[in-house]
Amino acid sequence: MSDRCKFKQYVWELPLRWFHWINVLAIVLLSGTGFLIGHPVTLGSTPSDYAMGWIRLIHFVAAYAFTVSVASRVVWSFIGNEHASWRAFFPMFSAKGREKLRHMIRYYTLQTHQVPETVGHNPLATTAYFALFLVYLGMILTGFAMYATHAPGGVMFRSLGFMYSHFSLQGMRLAHHFGMWLIFGFVINHIYSAWLMDIKEHGGEISSMFSGYKFTVKKGE
Amino acid sequence: MSKTRTEARDDSELSIGQILKERGVSRRDFLKFCSTVTAALALPPSFAPSVARALDEVKRPPLVWLEFQGCTGDSEALLRSANPTVAEIILDILSVDYHETIMAAAGHQAEAALDKTITDYKGKYFAVIEGSIPMKDGGVYGCVGGKSHLERARQVCGGAAATIAIGTCASYGGIPAAAPNPTGAVGVKEAVPGATVINLPGCPCNADNLTATIVHYLVFNKIPALDGHGRPLFAYGKRIHDNCERRPHFDAGQYVEHWGDEGHRKGYCLYKMGCKGPATFHNCPTQRYNEKTAWPIGSGHPCVGCAEPQFWDVMSPMYRRLPNVPGFGIEHTADAIGLGLAAGAAGAFVVHGALSAMRKDKEPGEDAKED
Repeated sequence: MSDRCKFKQYVWELPLRWFHWINVLAIVLLSGTGFLIGHPVTLGSTPSDYAMGWIRLIHFVAAYAFTVSVASRVVWSFIGNEHASWRAFFPMFSAKGREKLRHMIRYYTLQTHQVPETVGHNPLATTAYFALFLVYLGMILTGFAMYATHAPGGVMFRSLGFMYSHFSLQGMRLAHHFGMWLIFGFVINHIYSAWLMDIKEHGGEISSMFSGYKFTVKKGE
Repeated sequence: MSKTRTEARDDSELSIGQILKERGVSRRDFLKFCSTVTAALALPPSFAPSVARALDEVKRPPLVWLEFQGCTGDSEALLRSANPTVAEIILDILSVDYHETIMAAAGHQAEAALDKTITDYKGKYFAVIEGSIPMKDGGVYGCVGGKSHLERARQVCGGAAATIAIGTCASYGGIPAAAPNPTGAVGVKEAVPGATVINLPGCPCNADNLTATIVHYLVFNKIPALDGHGRPLFAYGKRIHDNCERRPHFDAGQYVEHWGDEGHRKGYCLYKMGCKGPATFHNCPTQRYNEKTAWPIGSGHPCVGCAEPQFWDVMSPMYRRLPNVPGFGIEHTADAIGLGLAAGAAGAFVVHGALSAMRKDKEPGEDAKED
């Protein structure tokens, strides 16, 4: 246990925290409704019920919210602070980043007892987030491509024309299911890592996503 | 089918209206046909008189029908189209000069008739291709009269005013092209990229869509508007799911769970039985088959997606929502694999967490390497 005073640092700005929690809520809603769309349960008692209709409506509204949130996060990586910057997502392209990445991997694989201190994102996490954003992109493209088939010839259908010429709808459906499982795998990893670092770092890892503040040994730049 | 004539040239100078009159098709039946085909083309009813006028005057285009690597199901569908006058009228509108299944001529005589038509009417005749074209090993897997299908297709489709690829095999390769595709089967457009091809996929193609396509050409003198897969929008512009008579059951949340269960008997949605209606563009729900009385979903069977590119591969298994995952056993659905991956990840982190909990790690301090 350290008896040292730590510096309070504002790391996560308000928009970034909003994007994070909108994504969380959207992923929960999308997965829940997605399960029911992929494996529906007979919920209607008469043909004039609208159970699947509402489930799909929630799925599509959450999908739009998620898409706007993810797109906003990408934009924010160009206007937010250094911790939110797109540069943080490519640690492997700088010597310092590679060094931090190596240390993080050594710590995770139990090869060192020294907990690495990171003020913003840790470099291993941002590498995973970059992969996660690619999965998001795949989910958004396959999702809206399947959605747009209700109105062939519409603006969305036509702008997603490249999807239809490269992939079959059944292939997209399969990829959409796998994408969800990849996101689940990520979420398990993410919650575990946040919990682990909260315990090991004593930096307020988990509460920082609510308050925006972290506690670090070194005074921030 | 004695009406299919190799001596048909005699009345090729007559207009369709005159021929129908000679053949005893009443004016009333003709106008009924014009209304039906106007509806099939998704044109407003006010177009019916224009269709009738145009068909009255137009000369019959010569047509050759080539059977390649297929099951002749599209020919069967055409010959058995029971709609009172449609089948007759198709054969009366068209001067079918060559059709392996129904022509009277045989052998060299038949091949000579084909050669004559495509030479004499170059750029004016229609080609209808049924069945896929095997490309592997120089196209040796399909020959008629000593000429490979590929060679014939290049020759015939290249000189046609328009080529209609009838059925899924001719459109996209279909069942012969299913993995592992031993003959290298492809659709007409892929085999003869330069040809003007209209795809009319379906297994079989609905003969009404064939008639409508030809009528469209005769009336407007151009091919109908096509979608990204080369299919006429009037017939393939909407998903089966969106025009399905069982759609209210889908939206309500009423599904067939097992064959013959209460839901199945009540006509509930077949989505859980692997219906591919949500992934298939075709006018089956509105145009239907067998005198417009029946179609698969109406008869209690899920759509198998026969009108889509890469049918069979992407639409199988027929009775499951999702395709099989290559490399895994057929009983492994995508979601079972996903669940296994997620559970594996969770297990790994439980172990990692236990190991981390037992270790005395050094908290970041002044000597921390970072920052």
